[in-house]
Amino acid sequence: MLRYVSGRLLSAIPTLFLIITISFFLIRIAPGGPFDLERPLEAKVMENLNKIYNLDKSLWEQYLLYMKSVLSGDFGPSFFFRDFSINELFAQSLPISMQLGLSALTLALIVGGFFGVVAALRQNQGVDYSVMTAATFGVTIPNFVVAPCLTLIFGVYLGWLPVGGWGGGDFVNKVLPVITLALPQIAIVARLTRGSMIEAMRSNHVRTARAYGLSGYTIIVVHALRGAILPVVTYLGPAAAALLTGSVVIETIFGIPGIGRYFVQGALNRDYTLVMGTVVVVACFVILFNLIVDVLYAVLDPRVRFD
Amino acid sequence: MSVTSKENNEAPVVGRSLWDDARDRLKANRAAVTSIVVLVLITILSIVGPIVSPHHYDAVYRDYVKVPASLEAYPRQDQIEPTFTSIAKRARMNVESYTLVDDKVEAIVTSRRDLDQRYARYFDRSDMFKGVQIVDVSDDGKQAKIVAPVHYMHFYFGTDANGRDMLTRTLIAGRVSLTIGLLATIVAITIGVIYGTVSGYFGGKTDLIMMRVVDILYSLPFIFFVIMLVVFFGRNFVLMFIAVGAVEWLDMARIVRGQTLSIKRQEYVQAAEAMGVSSRGILKRHIVPNTLGPVVVYMTLLVPKVILLESFLSFLGLGVQEPMTSWGVLISEGARNLQGAPWMLIFPSLFLTSTLFALNFIGDGLRDALDPKDR
Repeated sequence: MLRYVSGRLLSAIPTLFLIITISFFLIRIAPGGPFDLERPLEAKVMENLNKIYNLDKSLWEQYLLYMKSVLSGDFGPSFFFRDFSINELFAQSLPISMQLGLSALTLALIVGGFFGVVAALRQNQGVDYSVMTAATFGVTIPNFVVAPCLTLIFGVYLGWLPVGGWGGGDFVNKVLPVITLALPQIAIVARLTRGSMIEAMRSNHVRTARAYGLSGYTIIVVHALRGAILPVVTYLGPAAAALLTGSVVIETIFGIPGIGRYFVQGALNRDYTLVMGTVVVVACFVILFNLIVDVLYAVLDPRVRFD
Repeated sequence: MSVTSKENNEAPVVGRSLWDDARDRLKANRAAVTSIVVLVLITILSIVGPIVSPHHYDAVYRDYVKVPASLEAYPRQDQIEPTFTSIAKRARMNVESYTLVDDKVEAIVTSRRDLDQRYARYFDRSDMFKGVQIVDVSDDGKQAKIVAPVHYMHFYFGTDANGRDMLTRTLIAGRVSLTIGLLATIVAITIGVIYGTVSGYFGGKTDLIMMRVVDILYSLPFIFFVIMLVVFFGRNFVLMFIAVGAVEWLDMARIVRGQTLSIKRQEYVQAAEAMGVSSRGILKRHIVPNTLGPVVVYMTLLVPKVILLESFLSFLGLGVQEPMTSWGVLISEGARNLQGAPWMLIFPSLFLTSTLFALNFIGDGLRDALDPKDR
């Protein structure tokens, strides 16, 4: 197991390296630069700025310099948010996004899993159809529609929750963003759980468990759900990576200082280091969560071996 | 023996292909059939609607900014007089008497200046009156009678913040969104199918390298990719969505590769190989047609994904640009005006959601119909 994990982590290094290289050159060949304004800066000012940020060197030199600083854990200074380094920006925003993402993920897993199981146990009955219809709604209504509706109802009309802002991580500030973030995930998890749960309830080992006269709870939770959760785990791996690294829409609508906004801001402002930083963070999360999924697979399904 | 020969004389029984079976199963699925009808309806509406509609999608009605959706015609009866008097005031006229008969305003006005037909233009410029006549000008030219027929218009979905008809805009947006969805999906599927079959069929090192590339592209943040494409292609949305399609092919390639791996072990492929058919021929004749089942299913699920992606980009202000519009643009505008003008959000969301709903149900129906495990 340990060997497998360390092997996987080692094989992630070339992947990460390639990702950094590709995105470095991609953003550099994009037209425009970080200091291009509506009214061009004075030539001398521009020259000095380029010198400070090493933009006057050749692309290869810049690439090597960047690689060197990344290897030492330094993502460099931000071009757009002057006075901030990327590390500082991420240190502030990443925990917020991760907190939101993790809460949404937990909520999705519990609520979605519960409804999925309920729907599967009452297959082709009223409960099943209503859960599946609700789930389809959850998948098809975009979150930038859900978010303003929720803020209007709970924030403006009822006045129970604040309409936006982070408020230093107050619980009430987190409710709406987490729900909005979790809704589509709840829907997908419910659908996946239902599908695999129906299959699991028909499988031989569940029939045997029934024949033993085990209680309904033991059969469903211990025997059926253990196998049925596998597709959900597969799905949640990449989804978790996406959730934890922040959502542009949610953070924009609710005014949350998370990392999600930096994707768009960085790319649009040609903030090279910021873009590269977000790319590296996301790639790391994706790789990490794929690994976690594979390990969880082995824990849940004894037939999976690491050979 | 005689029995055999007798049978031979009859017309050969028409075989039922697997596609026939699948079609019948799909027809039996009520949700899927309804969805197909809904989708076709929305498509036809989007294509024909903007042509038939009396309003141009970009026509601005300044007198009808953010009017609620209604089956009744605008202007409302109580709207007419204030508008009339305010125009008269702008034209430096005093309204002496005002009557509204048979959808015509008849008013006697006085002015310090000489009144003539040119003053009718003040009224014609408004969206409420059409074909205004100034008659019975008194001898000194200071008094006249204005006959202003009220111009009635219908805004079934209301109007937006600029006074544009939401019905026409929703339909034209449907055109854009559906086109984008289809275009990007076709690109994604073409690349995905070719990539997946080649990778799966040739196997070995080729497969390893090709799938490694897919893995790496997977780990790149998708939004970064899309924004880079927007940066490169600028505001040209056709090019942009071809590019989005070029990003969305990764899942397709994986699905098709898996399918190819099992198909290439089939006897008919081995037979073709034994007969010396070229790899290209085998791929074209045997592999690609047999991967179509999952591809079609995935396609119906990819179209909504792309439409949502477009909405998301439009929400960020990177998608379709004004005055052209898409469901995403309309929805993000509607979300901003939710409190005062909920119809601006409701109608585009209704169209978008029913399209996505229909596509999802069609996808599920197709999956059930084409899934051999279900037989």
